[in-house]
Amino acid sequence: METFFQQLINGLSLGAIYALIALGYTMVYGVLRLINFAHGDVYMLGAFAGYYIANFLSLDANPSIPGAIFVTLGAMAVCAGIGIVIERLAYRPVRHHSRLTSLITAIGVSLLLEYGGQVVFGATPRFFPQMIRSEVYAIGGVQITNQSLLIIVVAVVVMFGLEFIVHRTKIGKAMRATSYNLTVAKLMGINTDFVIAFTFALGSALAAAGGVMVALAIPRIDPLMGLMTGLKAFVAAVLGGIGNIPGAMIGGVLIGLMETWIGATSYSTYRDAVAFAVLILILLLRPAGIMGSSVTEKV
Amino acid sequence: MSTARKLVFVGGGIALLAGLNQVFEYGFGGFQINPYYARMINLIGINITLAVSLNLINGLAGQFSIGHAGFMAVGGYTATYVTVYHGQQIASLVGQSPMDPGGSSLVMPISLAAGALAAAMAGLAVGIPSLRLRGDYLAIVTLGFSEIIRVIILNIPAVGGATGFTAALPITNFFWIFAMATLTIVIVRNIATSTFGRALATIRGDEIAAEAMGVNSTFYKVLAFVISAALAGVAGGLSGQLFANPLSPQNLNFVRSIEVIVMIVLGGIGSITGAVLGASVLTVLPEALRGLDQQFPGIRMVIYALLLILLMIFRPQGLLGRREIGWAWLRRPSRTKIPADIE
Repeated sequence: METFFQQLINGLSLGAIYALIALGYTMVYGVLRLINFAHGDVYMLGAFAGYYIANFLSLDANPSIPGAIFVTLGAMAVCAGIGIVIERLAYRPVRHHSRLTSLITAIGVSLLLEYGGQVVFGATPRFFPQMIRSEVYAIGGVQITNQSLLIIVVAVVVMFGLEFIVHRTKIGKAMRATSYNLTVAKLMGINTDFVIAFTFALGSALAAAGGVMVALAIPRIDPLMGLMTGLKAFVAAVLGGIGNIPGAMIGGVLIGLMETWIGATSYSTYRDAVAFAVLILILLLRPAGIMGSSVTEKV
Repeated sequence: MSTARKLVFVGGGIALLAGLNQVFEYGFGGFQINPYYARMINLIGINITLAVSLNLINGLAGQFSIGHAGFMAVGGYTATYVTVYHGQQIASLVGQSPMDPGGSSLVMPISLAAGALAAAMAGLAVGIPSLRLRGDYLAIVTLGFSEIIRVIILNIPAVGGATGFTAALPITNFFWIFAMATLTIVIVRNIATSTFGRALATIRGDEIAAEAMGVNSTFYKVLAFVISAALAGVAGGLSGQLFANPLSPQNLNFVRSIEVIVMIVLGGIGSITGAVLGASVLTVLPEALRGLDQQFPGIRMVIYALLLILLMIFRPQGLLGRREIGWAWLRRPSRTKIPADIE
């Protein structure tokens, strides 16, 4: 029973990371119907931005919680900017082309960030400074580190924050309108370009937060770290029902739990395949995802 | 074309390739081909097979697969497996070993057929569920599939696991590579100009309208997908049994699929000659960039990525678009401008 709860905790903290990234995928897809392949790489850039800011402040020598918060916010700001730039330079010019064109562009941006990252940062992994001293709490035999706890808390807070933005604010209303019908939203006087840029900024900032959180728990960062994590987070978004915020959260947690459990069995070498197998199954059985509602294609 | 003329073409083609193969392997008079160039030409041939086969599903059918390396892996590993573990038995039918010219010309087609069959089955297994979905989901499923294949291969010690299938016998030669490339081009071209091709064109244009016109879109999409996968499997079988070019999970990853996509996007999505052109350019280009890539590791992929983005922004139909380079193109009269409203 103890191992069960231990795995549950490990799975939850892994899943919370997927969920944080999946939220960005889901928002961009909701507004633009675009699979933003580069999102996983923005997460990587978030970790690197955090790395440089933390080293600049030499947080390795004197860890502090305000320092960690500052680093996270800094990385979020940097990535929000990167998200806006990517949207403006790569996605906006192809927005009115076919969806395939946008998809290929997204793959191109993703490759550019990964291998551009390799050229700029070097291919060898860096070690993220320990901004917060690691502590382990034991609750009835189940161990949880303060970093995992932080990841879970941040993910939940962010999800509620996002739900609030999307459903209770003016910009959220504009986002929903743009998602429903971009042209009509424009006719109603909504600055859709701004809304889309805002969506990218928000999603990228969340990915950056995810990047810094992960780097706290697993301090090895490298330019290709976003590839697999990004893909799995996308699977999480599809699993939960793409375009749906609580769905992304549920999907992320489910993928995290499944991976952790498989990792604990003798099939642990198949761990990386789990998310994709789940994806194929969900698309077969319920293409709209767990929380999504199916949309019939109209002529 | 009459049957007799077709036979003459096929026979002549085989004789030509066999002759060239002799030149490749043993030289001609005092002429010996530089092994480096010979290898480049062989790799171009394999990439042509890959690109043209991907063009069937991505270009003609308008679906978007980003898991071509997965099918290449299934076919390649199956073909290599057949040769390594059963090649001796097959070649003993003609009383030779698999490495002898006679033995290899029996083992090679059998192993390629096995690879094509296995890849076709994989294509069927992936295609049936996912081709009912919208385009971008298909992309993700094919990607997921190729990742699953990679993880499975990593876990099979009989095919080398993570180190790659180094036990492969180097029986691929110029003849088989270009015979298969030609076969692929002929198959895809004939599909494009047949009823099947027109069905694919309507699906590409508007799937709902195609259905309304009585085109069974799922059937045609799955069929195109299966054929495309089978041809990718053939390319895998050729690639894995080329001298010192073993298949491994590392070189059959997502990046390999992307390379093939860049080839067809560069040449023009839907153009067969474009795919051939793209495959040739993108086989030679990395060699030209090798020095630069050693200095800045990763710069080659950066250039690919920029190429992809810039093409999508400024010329989304690729260099050739849907045009083909051929006799008609060479002989066409100087172009008169067609008013836009007529076109």
